Amino acid sequence: MKYLPLIWAGLWRKRTRTVFTLLSVMTAFLLFGMLQGVNSAFTQSVRSANINRLYVASKFSMIEPLPLAMLQRIEQVPGVTGATYGVWFGGYYRERKNFLLSYPVDVRRYFDMFPEMQISKETLETLATTRTGAVIGVELAKKYDWKVGDEITIPSGIWTKADGSREWTFDIVGIFNDTGDSSRSNSLFFNYAYFDEARTITPGTVAWFIVRIADPAQSVKIAEAIDATFANSPQETQTQNEKEYAQAYFKQFGDINLIVSAIIGAVFFALLFLTGNAMMQSVRERIPEIAIMKTLGLSDLGVVGLLTAEALILCLGAAAIGMTLAYFMFGLIKSMVYAAGMPGDVILMGFGCATILAIVTILPPAWRAKQLSIVDGLRKR
Amino acid sequence: MSVVSLRNVVKHYTRGKERVEVLHSINLDIAPGEFLALMGPSGSGKTTLLNLIGGLDRPSAGEVTVGGERVDALSGGQLSKWRARHVGFIFQFYNLMPMLSAERNVELPLLLTPLNSAQRMSNVAAALELVGLADRAKHKPGELSGGQQQRVAIARALISDPTLLVCDEPTGDLDRETAEEIMGLLQMLNKQQGKTIIMVTHDPKAAAYASRQVHMDKGRLVEGEARTAAA
Repeated sequence: MKYLPLIWAGLWRKRTRTVFTLLSVMTAFLLFGMLQGVNSAFTQSVRSANINRLYVASKFSMIEPLPLAMLQRIEQVPGVTGATYGVWFGGYYRERKNFLLSYPVDVRRYFDMFPEMQISKETLETLATTRTGAVIGVELAKKYDWKVGDEITIPSGIWTKADGSREWTFDIVGIFNDTGDSSRSNSLFFNYAYFDEARTITPGTVAWFIVRIADPAQSVKIAEAIDATFANSPQETQTQNEKEYAQAYFKQFGDINLIVSAIIGAVFFALLFLTGNAMMQSVRERIPEIAIMKTLGLSDLGVVGLLTAEALILCLGAAAIGMTLAYFMFGLIKSMVYAAGMPGDVILMGFGCATILAIVTILPPAWRAKQLSIVDGLRKR
Repeated sequence: MSVVSLRNVVKHYTRGKERVEVLHSINLDIAPGEFLALMGPSGSGKTTLLNLIGGLDRPSAGEVTVGGERVDALSGGQLSKWRARHVGFIFQFYNLMPMLSAERNVELPLLLTPLNSAQRMSNVAAALELVGLADRAKHKPGELSGGQQQRVAIARALISDPTLLVCDEPTGDLDRETAEEIMGLLQMLNKQQGKTIIMVTHDPKAAAYASRQVHMDKGRLVEGEARTAAA
């Protein structure tokens, strides 16, 4: 601690350069925080996937409709203890940019399949018996200030009704909480029957089936059995466990993890040279001062320690500011990536990267300072 | 009994393929409490000799003994600690840290000691008082005159109560009046505090403050003359 004023003064010796270095490191960590936060949202969805559930979709495309009649045959596959289904609704609120996670489902079967979606029996019964009834996740309710009893109109980007309209009206009958995947807390569920009767195309079809199995150890066998049931038919299926399904879903957007890693890698690579150059310049300018510190009795390793501490304060401080800004910016992108956030492992990874950045960039000039002969250093005055 | 003893000290550098002989078999003894002025033309080896006595450089051959310790035999780490304990340095261009206040500059040598913050600041205040700069403690070097900066450097050199004060052209960057003030201060430290001072200078007026003058030429001690200190 007693060296702190000296380290601090050294850090701010060239104020403008320090501010610019701080800003560039901070910006890199803002980007790091945002991208890793989004990536972790996807990873979290995959991680929270349930191993007791299998997803059955068309072998050819996730959006290829499957006949609802397949449900019965799926339920008959040995090891299957329950099944439900759903369809992409593609709803949005007022404007297309306000994309809404909305699904027509068999509400009784669906909530039975997902016990982590907490809803009372009475609410579920009301939902099942109200043709235009809908339930919404607690986060969605907060976002648009929707309450039980509200009538809302949601346009669909995909489905047209028989009257030619794309505006679908719902009565909110309940709000549910979700202890698992946070994206569901931002979702709207309503009756498949209402949807299926009103839509003009592909009636009697669904986008996917969700299957509950008794023994997760048998998941591969059961998945193969389901796919075998529909093999060589016009509706061949691909059955995956929930985790694989979630991964495949996110892969539609590309390999998020690879994209994020590549961007962050490129940014840090550039940052390494930029910060390294700033550190090198900073130490070079202070050669006489370093020689004085040595003259006064500071050891060679002491010099390395002081310079390293300076670099660590700069990089860790900038990383902390950058990641804090990223944390607050998640509030702005929540409507696009629901689960985006700054989990502990991203923060730790960020500080780890900042530490490596500081050490790698300060090491060459600090080594030079360590090797510096006092007489040569004083001569540079 | 000498506080500084040099025996057959040789120093040479290699510049490319050329070997440059800087000091040739120097023998010198400095008594405790002595104020020695080392004089001579540029390139005569004065500063090199001062660097060897102050432990900033090592001789190519010979022995450098300060306070009974063979300085030339110390390792790099031992030499750093030895300098911190036994030598105070005063330079022509003051060599203060530009971003630190006067008191933080004076405090620097104490950072290497186990003293706590309160003890350090109390010693700093006493040292600044001694050099007449108590009211400039919070000023940065850029806000001080040359003479004031050299006083801060003297306070920094004194703060750890060293055996030796090593001064390299301490008045070289000052006007006549300020130079005399600084020399008066050094003389006071020598006479009242008993500090042993070794000073390199070109200036005969500054050298006149010393109790002994030693002249160098082409890396050799050519003449030694005891003098009575000026006024």
